[in-house]
Amino acid sequence: MTASASATPSDLHAPVFDLTLEPGSAEKDYWLDLWRYRELFIILAMRDISVRYKQTVIGAGWALIQPVLTMIVMTIVFGKVAGLHSDGAAPYPIMVFAAMLPWMFFSSALSSASQSMIGNANLISKVYFPRLIIPASSVVTSFADFVVSLLLLIGLMSWYRFPPSWNILALPVFIGIVFLAALGPGLFITALNVKYRDFRYVIPFLIQFGLYVTPVGFSSSVIREKLGAKLFFFYSINPMVGVIDGFRWAILGKNSPLDLPGFFLSLLVTALLLGLGISYFRKTEKGFADII
Amino acid sequence: MSSGTVISVENLGKTYRVSHQAERQRYVALRDVLADRIKGFSPFRSRRTASRSSTEDFWALKDVSFEVRQGEVVGIIGRNGAGKSTLLKILSRITEPSKGRVRIKGRVASLLEVGTGFHPELTGRENTFLNGAILGMSRAEIKRKFDEIVSFAEVERFLDTAVKHYSSGMYVRLAFAVAAHLEPEILIVDEVLAVGDADFQRKCLGKMQDVANKGRTVLFVSHQLGVLKALCSSGILLKGGKSHYYQRIEPTIQEYLDSFQEAPKAPVRNNPFIESIEIGLNRKGPGHVFFGEALDIVIALRKLTPAQIGINLSIRNQSGRLLALFSTNPHDGVRIPVQREVRLIFTMEFCCFSPGKYFVDIAVTEPAVRIIEELPNAATFEILPKCIGGHWPYEARFGDVFPQHSWHVAVC
Repeated sequence: MTASASATPSDLHAPVFDLTLEPGSAEKDYWLDLWRYRELFIILAMRDISVRYKQTVIGAGWALIQPVLTMIVMTIVFGKVAGLHSDGAAPYPIMVFAAMLPWMFFSSALSSASQSMIGNANLISKVYFPRLIIPASSVVTSFADFVVSLLLLIGLMSWYRFPPSWNILALPVFIGIVFLAALGPGLFITALNVKYRDFRYVIPFLIQFGLYVTPVGFSSSVIREKLGAKLFFFYSINPMVGVIDGFRWAILGKNSPLDLPGFFLSLLVTALLLGLGISYFRKTEKGFADII
Repeated sequence: MSSGTVISVENLGKTYRVSHQAERQRYVALRDVLADRIKGFSPFRSRRTASRSSTEDFWALKDVSFEVRQGEVVGIIGRNGAGKSTLLKILSRITEPSKGRVRIKGRVASLLEVGTGFHPELTGRENTFLNGAILGMSRAEIKRKFDEIVSFAEVERFLDTAVKHYSSGMYVRLAFAVAAHLEPEILIVDEVLAVGDADFQRKCLGKMQDVANKGRTVLFVSHQLGVLKALCSSGILLKGGKSHYYQRIEPTIQEYLDSFQEAPKAPVRNNPFIESIEIGLNRKGPGHVFFGEALDIVIALRKLTPAQIGINLSIRNQSGRLLALFSTNPHDGVRIPVQREVRLIFTMEFCCFSPGKYFVDIAVTEPAVRIIEELPNAATFEILPKCIGGHWPYEARFGDVFPQHSWHVAVC
């Protein structure tokens, strides 16, 4: 539309083209293009969310039941049976729930992102748009469940009469971090999954494995006491360690002090994975329409 | 470059990597990649491993160049496999060219499918916005045209019903209505008009005509030669990965029809599997069969068949439309022996195609898994008119086919 409006007389003699397609041209203006397609991004995310919550009554219920049951089991297993201590004076269920918020978001984002390309195969082979939109919008969909569980946390905290400290104001920052922490590996797995169609069998295992090496059911201070500060630093290579410690610091206040070196290491790994994920995705996305 | 050029295509080419043995599907299994890597390290590396990865570049488009001026309505014609879809995909940015350059001036919208992204669980209203956004409309634009779209599709009463409850006609109408209200400067349309009932098709064609009359540029792929003739001002014929541009549509169509006459006759090139194809030898000379008599197609296979194979045989009419597809199926007891010279005889007892010229495509398949080799236009045959049961000779104007049938009158 704008192209014809801005046409000047000289255009009539030497046409000025808006778009050049040649090998490798997709690389140019990548981010600008992504911005141009922001409306599609929002609409796709809305579609996924509304389908998810429309399809089943369970849809919304599932987002509630799953974290609650998991929290109860973990509180019993780690808090009661194993007798691990909580962070400071914080009730064990709240400490578990503060970690489950980011963990469930992370794991559901990973698995839904990895399926997103295959699920939208017909879009990809019939319409152009920056492919990054698809996995990114599926991460946003998982975020809807996250918001529902956040409401649960508020309920849980008022049940235990556990008031948040001022730290809670920093929560949005950590939410941003978990978003990026999920997006990086999510993009990587998405691209791998398009290329190697049997990769999806590996994903549930990766997520299950991740749960064991991430302090969800127990406090990371338990790990620090056992491993010592030096080894704990390496434990933080797992980016979710930093994210979860951040969440607990924000939600539990001074009960759960933040281990800064470990936190920054997690941040660094998060950034690294994000860069790697985006660059691998960009490298492979050109071929998606040909192989999907 | 002439003035008013809105699309300029120079030496465009696109290759696809075709792998011969290892891949059964287009994608790769990680398991295979890892297994190959490991085998590569092991001392037991066999020759089989090496042959697994044999790939070949296939040029879907080789050297395509043309220019389209503003306001032109260009029909793109070509036989199946001539690269029409690939060309449209490159122009709509779905896939990147492997060589050459395309330059485009103005906003492009492409319609390669009706209802892309429609979700069955969502309502008509939601899907309208979704589909509009997918086709490149802004939210404000869709809002502005919403009423118009809905009345064009005639679905006012069902706007808040999930489209999974729609009849297929309603579904298609809504999908096309959204697409029809795109207002791009350049519209790329694949064969999507062949949907809906005749009434709706007429409406769609009218809409296309409107788009053209408003000075927009349209690129249009279709097998319906009549529609092309009515709608297009110029034409591009794709043939063997190359393009020929014509100022007017009529010579394009003529050239396209003529290209069928050049269909290769048996024996078939140096194909690894099929040695020759013969049709109707026992009747009125090779390639001629009387309407209503038996149609025999004899396919001679070479000895080289490595594994269980199947044959797909499809019959097309002169405008390239698929009329019938037959395939050998081991479940039906048709087994083609391995490593033997075989003559495969296909028989249709009552040849029900109306008089005219027909084309036979042969594909060698691994049954139910993949297509190994395709031979488009492997042979041609002509059906000659003949009176059946004392009636008039059946002609093409009565329809493409005339299957054996009967009438019963029951008096109530």
